Amino acid sequence: MTESARDGEYDDWLDSIESDDGYYLECSNGHGWLPPRRVCPRCHDQELSAVDLPESGEIASHTTITVPTPQFEDDAPYVTAIADFGPVSVTGLVRDVDPDDVAIGDVVGIDVGERVTTGDRAVVFRPR
Amino acid sequence: MSDPRIAGASVTHFGKHPERTGRDLFAEAGLEALSQSGIDPDDAEALYYGNFMGELAEHQGHQGPLMAEAIGLDVPATRVEAACASAGTAVREAVKTIRNGEAEVVVVGGAERMTNIGTAAATDALAIAADDLYEVRAGMTFPGAYALMARSYFDQYGGSHEDLAHIAVKNHEHALVNEHAQIQQEITVEDAMEAPTIADPLGLYDSCPITDGAAAAVLTTEAYAEEHDLDAPVAITGTGQGGDNLALQDRPHLAQTPAADKAAEEAYGDAGVGPDDVDFAEVHDCFTIAEVLAIESLGFYERGEGIAAARNGETTRDGDLPINLSGGLKAKGHPVGATGVAQLATVAWLLDGSHPRADAVPDSTVGVAHNAGGTVASTTVHVMEVQE
Repeated sequence: MTESARDGEYDDWLDSIESDDGYYLECSNGHGWLPPRRVCPRCHDQELSAVDLPESGEIASHTTITVPTPQFEDDAPYVTAIADFGPVSVTGLVRDVDPDDVAIGDVVGIDVGERVTTGDRAVVFRPR
Repeated sequence: MSDPRIAGASVTHFGKHPERTGRDLFAEAGLEALSQSGIDPDDAEALYYGNFMGELAEHQGHQGPLMAEAIGLDVPATRVEAACASAGTAVREAVKTIRNGEAEVVVVGGAERMTNIGTAAATDALAIAADDLYEVRAGMTFPGAYALMARSYFDQYGGSHEDLAHIAVKNHEHALVNEHAQIQQEITVEDAMEAPTIADPLGLYDSCPITDGAAAAVLTTEAYAEEHDLDAPVAITGTGQGGDNLALQDRPHLAQTPAADKAAEEAYGDAGVGPDDVDFAEVHDCFTIAEVLAIESLGFYERGEGIAAARNGETTRDGDLPINLSGGLKAKGHPVGATGVAQLATVAWLLDGSHPRADAVPDSTVGVAHNAGGTVASTTVHVMEVQE
C-alpha cells in the first residue's frame, strides 16, 4: 500500500479513540461535532472546545451491507451503524456481534479496528 | 420578472449504454430539445449542465464547454455538481439567469455515463457524495445510507418493508408505457419482498438501477415565446433549494429531510401555491424510502403518514395525487447528472398532455419536481404551471 499523507485532525481523532482518550468538539451552546471544525454549523459559534467522548453510546440506526464498494469487498457482509454519544453521533462498523442481533438502542463502546479488505483504520463499535 | 417557459425538452433512452460517451448522450438530448423548441440555436445565451461522476467514469472534467460544443453552441457553459441533484440545481441557475434578465434563451441539461465502469466501481463513485472521512470509511454505501434512514423511519413512525414494496410496484407499473424507461417490467409485492438484500432492510427492488442517459430542456422568457409564436404553455413558476449537514450522523433526525422542507417552502412561496394545489409530482425515489421522505417534505403527508400512501393507492396513477408517473428513478432509471432535467421534462409533458401517462392527470395545472443529492443534503424543488 502506498504511504499516504495523514488526514490531519481526523487521524488525530482516530489516534485519540485508539488510546482510549476519545473526544469531540463542543460549542458554547452544547452542539457536538467531530474534527476538523472551526465553527459550529448550527449556531456559528467559533469557541469550540474538546470534551471527553462518553465511554458508551446507543445505536441509533444500523444496516447490514451485502453489496459493498470494492474497498469493502472482503468485509461484506458487515454492519454499519450510527451510534448516539449524546451531543455527538458517530458512524462505525459494528463488530463482535451477529448482524441479526444488532438492534436500535444497543449500548456500544467505540474503538478503532482494521478494515478486512484494505487494512485501513476504521471506527468500530462493540457491544458493552 | 418573467417566469421561464419550457420551450422544448428531450431525454435519451435511459438504460445500459456502456459504449456511448457522455458527450454523445448529451448531444442527442440537447439537439432534440433545441429542435423541439423551435428556437434558433444562435439565440441561446448560456448552458447549465449537470454531471456528477464524469471524472471517475470517463476521466473527463471540465465538461461545460465540451457539452456546449457537443450541441453546437458557443455560449458560456457551466457544469453544476450537487451529486444526484446536479441537474435540478442547474435548472435553478437557468431560471435565475432568465429571471434576472441576463438571458432570453438558456439551455439546461445533464448527462451521466455509469454502466461502463461496472456496478462495483459505480457504487464506489456514487459513495463520494457522502462524507469520505466519517461515512465512506465506515463502510457507508448509498443503499446503506438510505437503509439507515429507512430503519430509523420504521422505528420512529412504524411501517415496514412491505409498505416500501408497494412503492416499487407502483413505479414499475407507471413505467410500463414510458419508452425512455430503463425497466419496463411489472413486479409484484412478493417479487420485491423476495429480491436479494442490498443493505437491509432495502433490497434490489428498493433501489434504482445504474443508468446511462441524458436530458435537456430549452428555457426562454414569456416575451420571447410570444414574439416567436412558440408553443410553450408550461412555465417554471417556483424554484427552491435547501441544504443540510452532509453526514447523516450530524443531523438531529435520520428519518426527515429538512433540506427538502426548505426547498419546498421556498418554491411554493415563490410560485404562490401550496401543497394542496399540486396535481402530481415527480420525486427523487433513488430508494423507495426516499419517495416517502420526499412526499412528507413536500407537505403532501404528515411525518409518518407517507409510508402508507402507495399501499393505499393514493399515489398510484389512479390515486388522488399520482407520484412518479414516469416510473421515477426506480424504474425510469437514474443517470445521476441528468435526473433533475428529466423530471422537469416529465412534468412539462404531463402538464401539456404529451406524456404517455398524461391521461392520469387530465386538466392538471400544477406539477412539482423534487431532486435530491446525497442523503438529501442538497435538494431542489421546482413548481411548474400551465399558463393561459
